[in-house]
Amino acid sequence: MNSASLSLSRDDRPILIAALFILVILVAGTVYTFARFGSAPLLSPTYLLQQLQIGAFLGIVAAGMMIVILIAQIDLSVPWTLAAAAMMATSIGGPLAIPVGLGIGLLVGLVNGIGVAYLRVPSMIFTLGVNAVMRGLMVAHTGGYAPQTAATDLMRTLAADRTLGIPNALFVWAAVSVLVAVMLQRTALGRYIYAIGNKEAAAYLAGVDTRRVTVICFMICGVAAALAGVLLAGYSTKAYQGMGDAYLLPSIAAVVIGGTNILGGRGRYLGTLIGVVLIVLLNSVLSIMEMPEAGRQVIYGLVIIFMLLVYGRGERVTS
Amino acid sequence: MLDDVAIRVRQNVGIVTAVLLFAVLYVLYNLSHPKGFSSAVLVQNSDEIFALAMLAMAQTVPVLASGLDLSVGAVMTMVGCFASYLLTGTAAGAPLHLDIFGLHIGLGTFPGGVSGILLGIVVCLAIGALAGFINGCVVVYGRIQPIIATLATGAVYIGIALFLRPTPGGKIDEDLNWALTNSLGDFAATVHIFDDGAAGWFAPLAWIPVPFVLLILIALVVWVPFRRSVLGRAVYAVGSAEGAAYMSGLPIDRAKIAAFTLAGFFAGCGGLFLAIQTSSGNADIPQAGAYTLNSIASVVIGGTSLLGGTGSAIGSIFGAMILRVISFFFRIFDIAPLLQPLFEGVILLAAVSIGALGVLRVKNTLELFR
Repeated sequence: MNSASLSLSRDDRPILIAALFILVILVAGTVYTFARFGSAPLLSPTYLLQQLQIGAFLGIVAAGMMIVILIAQIDLSVPWTLAAAAMMATSIGGPLAIPVGLGIGLLVGLVNGIGVAYLRVPSMIFTLGVNAVMRGLMVAHTGGYAPQTAATDLMRTLAADRTLGIPNALFVWAAVSVLVAVMLQRTALGRYIYAIGNKEAAAYLAGVDTRRVTVICFMICGVAAALAGVLLAGYSTKAYQGMGDAYLLPSIAAVVIGGTNILGGRGRYLGTLIGVVLIVLLNSVLSIMEMPEAGRQVIYGLVIIFMLLVYGRGERVTS
Repeated sequence: MLDDVAIRVRQNVGIVTAVLLFAVLYVLYNLSHPKGFSSAVLVQNSDEIFALAMLAMAQTVPVLASGLDLSVGAVMTMVGCFASYLLTGTAAGAPLHLDIFGLHIGLGTFPGGVSGILLGIVVCLAIGALAGFINGCVVVYGRIQPIIATLATGAVYIGIALFLRPTPGGKIDEDLNWALTNSLGDFAATVHIFDDGAAGWFAPLAWIPVPFVLLILIALVVWVPFRRSVLGRAVYAVGSAEGAAYMSGLPIDRAKIAAFTLAGFFAGCGGLFLAIQTSSGNADIPQAGAYTLNSIASVVIGGTSLLGGTGSAIGSIFGAMILRVISFFFRIFDIAPLLQPLFEGVILLAAVSIGALGVLRVKNTLELFR
């Protein structure tokens, strides 16, 4: 091992390697497009901004997912929390659309949190059940069809418009990122989150109300998914069935690629940010290459395994 | 003697509850079904249950070793797609070729006829077990958390399935479909044994559905011996305390690899049956995801702890059957299809929440944080 990686902390190494991998993707993609089309769209700011705008929705979901993973839980209810928030926001409409959408997220998070923290049901199964209930409620509400209601102007402005040439969705993502990063680094809640992820019993004995913190974490994750849903509805001008399905696994992958330990307690927000960018760029390079869905899935899986083999390996259990 | 029974019941309260719940639900279902308690209903039900029951067994083994396998649905789908090429049953055999990067590579002809079908079944199950073995190696030698490792390998397997069947299609031998998805009598008539199923001694058995027999066979021939083997015990030990298992000199690595390989094999069985049942291969991503999630739900309802170390694949079979019977009720009581997903979710949540009410009896809060 060289001196550069020795001087890096355990949490920084994944971030650096993931960032390097992003460069590799950019270079490889550019070489491909240059050889085939004689142009380099991947290096044009317009194209990159457009890709990042789509990535903002994933980024916001991943920010919430990271909080939950940090306390060694997982939230599988994200897909239909996202869809429910979008559907309710569009069907309420008017100035209340966004508050109602976010309220749905808070409510789902509260239910998840109570089930996981107070009933002690494993989050894997409880959030799965909540996801099924939300899906059921939305199917009953919409009749199984795409809702006819449209996103409000504010939702469209936030998600699809640009300010000074930069998509507004990126500003929202940046705001969420700053909030989450500051909360994790600079507040007592952030310290509690890492403590619970490392050992909940120890955190409890140290006087942390671990169950309340768990509920708060799930509410943060719920509201993040809801925000992504509201924005996505604004971006595509309406809500649709299954709009959240494409966000669950990529958000978990982004968090883990960014160096957050899936067992909780370790990981930096910057890593999640890099993880999201990596996945978004990988997706756009693959679509430039006109890679069929089969190849995408295979490459997607291999990249996750490769990244984790490089820096995500666990320690042997020997005692 | 009675004490002994009481202790055994207390130790297996999860599985006992699951069995009783299933028995009650299924009797109620048959009582309210116009053709209840008939072979036809039983055959239809076991056809619908088999694939999920297999996936539930598949999920149980890694969960017992406190690892989750998120690729079971993907392995099922991939094996089903392979089956739609290998089990066509045409007498001349099926020519295989590989189209990749614009190249057309012939791979020879897969034998046809009965021997071809038998070989095809073996190959399909081997592919499932191989997929599971790869999962195990990534988890053990790559030292990647099972949940994320299988998430990634699952994507690869789905990719292979999509490569094989970009659109649903293929064909499965009709006799094979008929023989395996009906009653033992139909099976005997199709493969021409026991006087085409007309033998006198065979008549009392003829009503039993084939999938039901297959389920019991797989459980008895594969699961029970595995559980009693050193590796099987090591799987339980790893799940309850990996450090202690290591200190006791148990073959931890081999146990984990065996757990995932067995999971792949069971998932392969499910995929093979699903392909035979639908007579086609279909790389359906949402379906794969739904099966994976339902397999986790079945495991929990069947009394296996997601923390590992306690439970049994038999319990998970009952968990899967409970999930399926609940959906059978929707047909009987004519519940609006739009409300069915809601009912499924509420019942799942209610089941796990009631199971969790034990926390109210915990006196020392520290005991909650395990």
